[in-house]
Amino acid sequence: MEMNPARRTVLRGASSLGALSALVLAGVLKPTAVYAAEWNKAAFEAKDTAGALKGMGAAASADSKDLVLKVPDIAENGAVVPVDVLSNIPNTTSIAILVEKNPQPLCAQFDFANGALPEVAARLKMGQTSLVKAVAKADGKFYTAQKEVKVTVGGCGG
Amino acid sequence: MSSMNRREFLQIMAAASAAGFALDARSVWAAGKGDSLYELKKFGNVHFLHFTDCHAQLQPIHFREPSVNLGIGGAAGKAPHLVGEHLLKAFGIKPGGIEAHAFTYLNFEKAAKTYGKVGGFAHLATLVKRLRAGRPGALLLDGGDTWQGSATALWSNGQDMVDACKLLGVDIMAGHWEFTLGDKRVLEIVEKDFKGKIDFVAQNIKTSDFGDKVFEPYSMREMNGVKIAVIGQAFPYTPIANPRWMVPEWTFGIQDDNMQKTVDEARAKGAHVVVVLSHNGMDVDLKMASRVTGIDAIMGGHTHDGVPQPSVIKNAGGQTLVTNAGSNGKFLGVLDFDVKNGKVSDFRYKLLPVFSNLLPADTEMAALIDKVRAPHKAKLEEKLAVSEGLLYRRGNFNGSWDQLILDAIMEVQGADIGFSPGFRWGTTILPGQAITFEHLMDQTAITYPSVTLSEMKGDQIKSILEDVGDNLFNPDPYYQQGGDMVRVGGLAYACDPNAKIGNRIRDMRLGGKPLDADKTYKVAGWAPVAEGAKGEPVWDVVARYLRDKKTITARKLNQPKLVGMKGNPGHAA
Repeated sequence: MEMNPARRTVLRGASSLGALSALVLAGVLKPTAVYAAEWNKAAFEAKDTAGALKGMGAAASADSKDLVLKVPDIAENGAVVPVDVLSNIPNTTSIAILVEKNPQPLCAQFDFANGALPEVAARLKMGQTSLVKAVAKADGKFYTAQKEVKVTVGGCGG
Repeated sequence: MSSMNRREFLQIMAAASAAGFALDARSVWAAGKGDSLYELKKFGNVHFLHFTDCHAQLQPIHFREPSVNLGIGGAAGKAPHLVGEHLLKAFGIKPGGIEAHAFTYLNFEKAAKTYGKVGGFAHLATLVKRLRAGRPGALLLDGGDTWQGSATALWSNGQDMVDACKLLGVDIMAGHWEFTLGDKRVLEIVEKDFKGKIDFVAQNIKTSDFGDKVFEPYSMREMNGVKIAVIGQAFPYTPIANPRWMVPEWTFGIQDDNMQKTVDEARAKGAHVVVVLSHNGMDVDLKMASRVTGIDAIMGGHTHDGVPQPSVIKNAGGQTLVTNAGSNGKFLGVLDFDVKNGKVSDFRYKLLPVFSNLLPADTEMAALIDKVRAPHKAKLEEKLAVSEGLLYRRGNFNGSWDQLILDAIMEVQGADIGFSPGFRWGTTILPGQAITFEHLMDQTAITYPSVTLSEMKGDQIKSILEDVGDNLFNPDPYYQQGGDMVRVGGLAYACDPNAKIGNRIRDMRLGGKPLDADKTYKVAGWAPVAEGAKGEPVWDVVARYLRDKKTITARKLNQPKLVGMKGNPGHAA
C-alpha cells in the first residue's frame, strides 16, 4: 500500500477547516498562474443553469469532445463528489463547473494564464441526481461537456 | 452430508423415478452421462477455474435460480436476462435433465429431491483437484463474496473461509462483501494470511484522498510457457450499496480509463492472455467489454447469474468473452484458451454444476469444515420451525424467504410496511424441511444486521422504491448496482421497469387504500448502511418469530403488478 503520511496529514488539516470544495491539482495549476479573478456575483448567485451561463457570458456554447469531464456514474458520497476537468482546446483561459440541480448551479470557476495546463479537480456537494456541466472558454468562445451523476439513498445492493 | 457412490445414487434415482420424480433421470444417469458431466476434455494450453459469490457456503445446500430476472432496454431477451424455458432454449439445454435443474427454477422441488444438494467446499475441492489433474498449471480464481453469507463466516470474522480458500488452492481473488468486515480486517487477511499464497487484486480501489492504489491491480503469472495477467475488479458500488463507514478511506467506481491503462500495461509487460476477474455484475461487464480493448475474458460474478456459455462481445480491439458463474458454491466455470504465437486463437467454456452426490467429499476439506463447525454445532442445528412451503430468495421481487423475514419484522415491530434488502445470496429450503438457525443465518449473516423502525411519509416511501428501482432497471448498466428490488411487505404497488426514475412505481396501496404522500407510516427494515444505526440483530427477531410459530405456512408473496413486461423472456410466463 502506497502511503504518504505527510500529504495525508496536510489534507486532513485542510478538510477540517472546511476547505473541501476545490482541490487544485498540485503542480498542475500554479497559484502564480492564476489571475485573481473578480467574483462574478450574477453568475455565482444565479438560481438556474441558464442564469449562471448568462452571467458568465456563455449563453451560447457548443459541446466539445476536447473538453474531458470525469465524474463518477454514481456518487459514493453526495457531500464530496470528485470532478475532474481537462481541456484539450487550444488557448483555454477558463474552466467552470456547474451542478444543474444545486440551488446555485455554478460551483467553481478557474482562470488560466498563458501556458497553464487547463486541468482542475474539485470535490462538489450534490443533494440529488443531476447533470454536471463543465464550461471552457477559449479564444472568446465557450465549449461544454456534461454527464449525469446519480446520488442515491444507498443500501439494498448485492 | 456423506457422499454416496454411483451405484447407491442410481438406486436412489430408480426409487425417485418410481415415486414419480423421474425428470429424465434414467436417460441422463443410466447412460453414464452423470459421470461424463465431470469428464471435461482438456483444450488448449491456458486454463482458468472460476467460482464466485459462494457466500461462505461450506456445506452442500439447495439453491433455486430465479423465475424473474428482467432485462431492460438493450438487455431485454439476452443473457443473463433469460429464465426457465427461455434459458434452456437459448443454450440448447434439454428440458427435464440435470443441467436444466442446475440452470433454472423449473420443477425445482421435485428436481432438488431427485438430484440432491449442490455445492459444498469438500465436493468443490474434489472437482478442482480432478480438473487440475487434467489441466496442469490451471489457475483457480475466486471472484469474491466469499467471506460473508454464513453463521460461521460471521462468527469467525471470515477466518473459516480464508482457511478453506487456502486449502482449496485459490490463486487469485477479487472482492465485494469482504469489505463489510472493515478495511483493517481485509488488509490483515491480504497482508498476513494470503501473503505469498493468494493475490487479492483490485484495479478500481484507490485511497479517497490522493488516489493511491490500495491493492495490486493485477497478478502476472506464467502457465505452460504463456504469460498471463489477471486483473481484479472489485464491486464498484461497495461504498453505496454497503456501509461506506466500513471503508472510509477508499474509493471504488467502475474506472474504465484505469482498466484500459492496466490492460495496456499488462500487455506491454508481455501478457499474452489478459483476464479480468470481475465483481461488476454481468450487465456492467458486458458494457465494459464493449468499451475496453485487449481483454480476452471477463470472468464475472456479483449478479449471481449461472450462464452456461460466455457472451462474445465485439469491440474496437477484437472480442472479449463475458462469463458469470452463479452463486452459493453451486458452479465452477472452466475456461480453456488455445494460445498460439502469443495470441488466443480459440476457447472452450463450461459452467459445471457442483452436485454433491456425484462428487465424493475431499477428506482434508471435510475435516477443516467439521473443525470450523464443531464449536457451534448445537446452535447451528437448532430447529426453529418447519416450513410447509418452498423458501427461496433469488428473483427481482419478493421471494418467499424475504416474505417470511418481512412478515416477522413487521409483526414484531408493529409496522405498517416492511423493507428487506434485495440481496441475491441465501440458500433454499424445501417444503417439509426444518428451518435451522444456520438456514436463518444464510439469509441474514451480515456485519450491520440491526432491525429498524422508522416513521416515513408516503412520498419518502415512494422515493425509496424509485431509487432502488432505478438501481435495478436503469437501462444503462453503469447506473445499476446489481442487487434485486427491495422486498416490500404490506404495501401493494405496480412497477413499470421501462419507465424513468420517478415514474416506475405506481398505484401504491396499503390495505386497499392509496398511500397518502403526506401521511406518516411505520416502516420496519434491517441492514441500515448509516453509521451508528442501532437495533436488535435481525436473526434474533426472526428466530423468535419462528420458534413462536413452529410451523411456517407457505408464504403469500407481495409481488408488484408488473407493467409492460409481457413476453419478456426474463419472466416466467
